Amino acid sequence: MKGKHALASANFAVAIIAFGLAACLAVLQSLSIADISFPMRREDLYYLSVTAHGVLMAIVFTTFFIMGLGYLIAREALGRLAAVRTAWCGFAVATVGTVITAGTILAGKASVLYTFYPPLQAHPAFYIGATLLVVGSWVWGGVMIASYRSWRRDHPDTPVPLAVHGILTTVIIWFLATFGLAVEVVGMLIPWSLGWVEKIDPLVARTFFWWFGHPLVYFWLVPTYVLWYTIMPKVAGGRLFSDPLARMVFVLFILFSTPVGFHHQFADPGIGAGWKLLHTFTTYAVLYPSFVTAFTIIASMEVAGRMKGAKGLFDWIGKLPWGDPFFASVGLAMLTFAFGGFGGAINAAYAMNAMVHNTAWIQAHLHLTVGTTVALSFMGAAYYFLPRITGRELRLAPLAKIQPYLWFLGMALFSTSYHIAGLRGLPRRVYSASLLGDEMGAQWATLTKIGAVGGVVLFVSSLCFLLVVATTWTTGRRTQVEAIEFAQPLAPVERRGIWDRLGMWTAVAIGLIIIAYGYPLVSMLSHERFGSPGFVPF
Amino acid sequence: MRVDLYEKIWMGVAAALIVIFLAAIVVAAGAYAIHPQSHVETIDPTTVLEDPEFGNPGVAIQPDGSVVVTLVAEMFFFDPDPIEVPAGRPVTFRLTSPDVIHGFEIVGTNANTMVIPGYVSEFTMSFAEPGEHLVVCNEYCGLLHHNMVGKLIVQEVGE
Repeated sequence: MKGKHALASANFAVAIIAFGLAACLAVLQSLSIADISFPMRREDLYYLSVTAHGVLMAIVFTTFFIMGLGYLIAREALGRLAAVRTAWCGFAVATVGTVITAGTILAGKASVLYTFYPPLQAHPAFYIGATLLVVGSWVWGGVMIASYRSWRRDHPDTPVPLAVHGILTTVIIWFLATFGLAVEVVGMLIPWSLGWVEKIDPLVARTFFWWFGHPLVYFWLVPTYVLWYTIMPKVAGGRLFSDPLARMVFVLFILFSTPVGFHHQFADPGIGAGWKLLHTFTTYAVLYPSFVTAFTIIASMEVAGRMKGAKGLFDWIGKLPWGDPFFASVGLAMLTFAFGGFGGAINAAYAMNAMVHNTAWIQAHLHLTVGTTVALSFMGAAYYFLPRITGRELRLAPLAKIQPYLWFLGMALFSTSYHIAGLRGLPRRVYSASLLGDEMGAQWATLTKIGAVGGVVLFVSSLCFLLVVATTWTTGRRTQVEAIEFAQPLAPVERRGIWDRLGMWTAVAIGLIIIAYGYPLVSMLSHERFGSPGFVPF
Repeated sequence: MRVDLYEKIWMGVAAALIVIFLAAIVVAAGAYAIHPQSHVETIDPTTVLEDPEFGNPGVAIQPDGSVVVTLVAEMFFFDPDPIEVPAGRPVTFRLTSPDVIHGFEIVGTNANTMVIPGYVSEFTMSFAEPGEHLVVCNEYCGLLHHNMVGKLIVQEVGE
């Protein structure tokens, strides 16, 4: 591939292929849960499919899309990309890793879900492929930092562009997060799956998984916010309301995204209540930057509406370009995040969590957050960037216009019904919601059927997205390339401030992680522990 | 850093909201002793079925009238099943697993915990009303995970 954005394009391509595969699996899962029969509906294929859907959507689609976005932003906002050859090597390693992991899952050798909790044991290739994917992403992180350093040498006094500030934040969060994953996968799972060690401690492995698992959420969310802060106000036709607060928001994510993992382990034995309460506090702290974001972005939209002549309290909403596929995607993603955020506050609530833990409520929650807030923003970004990096006009534009609304509708049906079913007690990720018989499933049978309708609508929406992307990329009419433009703030930042000192904030973040995890891990490792041999699920 | 007045107000409101949320949690935890189960006790998962306690799972009434339910969650059933407990008395559940991680959720109540091999989960609760509850495993544990269900029967007790 040639051109300024070849690396970004290659990463986007892998992301979108993974998305397409995962979307096809998802619709069948929603039918299976609702007990709607179709050919090949089988228990083993259902759990295989849940694993593939989780890995392809939550890890492959997101990571490759974010890597592509990082390369694109470095080129556009810094005017450079350091170590391009190394970056291509990283891309190759990550892609090979993805193919190995996905192949192992599809071959039926790793039906352990994307949380892969031991002592469920997958084929070693599953863990090794995932490791390669992460190693490839580390190369990306290194290239991002090197590109920034190179730019900094030429611009010693200029504040870093906001979009790059956000991407560097993403890289820092990713390094902090994947440290925990590396300890679990390289230190524990790979030797155990190869038979070098016989036993593994499931609780210690889970703890390192969630060291990784929650900042993973912010690894998805911060690049999403980069789109909201730096592209969205421009597309809306306005200005960014406040640049320094956006930088503060990113720094707060560096600080509070990792020392929160026990809120995924409230129901676990072996972790003291006091530490769970401490992680509750840090989890609520990480809500704060999202509250601030909500204000800044909505205020930026109002600025855009008023610049177009809106008067009165709410006229500006109607002045916004709701027919633009990027704007509609991000607008609906933001609206969804309000609901996702409130649900998240309930999940994180120490004792109230027991009402929803591991029920369909959680599935519903994460499909609002990563499944819509992040994924729909990324789809919108594809509509925005694709013509600009390929030099081709968007094809099937009417489909692109309705696709975000279809996604929103499908997710509203799916997520609302699953939230309610979860409150009634339906466990998440079951092959059949009737469990052992129709009588048991009666209390949520209608809800899962509504969820399946939502699943079908989401599938149609996914097909629209894939059609638009594939036809634009291959047969879109060549046109004058539009520039990628970042939003100007109302008041530009002139000097480097406290929020630009990312190295210092990273050091503080490491300190917080040590406080949050140090003692619990030492205490966990000092008990008399026995360990578990592996169990292959089927 | 210059911050707009309305934005300052919002930042204050958002901070207050978070403080209120946390205060509610702390009050519930402190004054009403509502905590997630956080029991710390280890056990060898490979010998659970020969263990003096977990090798013989069941419901035991203690001399003081309280109840202890010793329960093993394994692929793909709960033992004992059904679990029969008296209404209106404290019931302590002690659970472990000899194989993989399971969930233990009593539908319609806030009993919801992980069962992790190598560890004992423990919590105490009481059931006010007689009746039947569905018990489900809510953590994926293998091919027949969705069939891993049980029943809890809360019985009326005479004076």
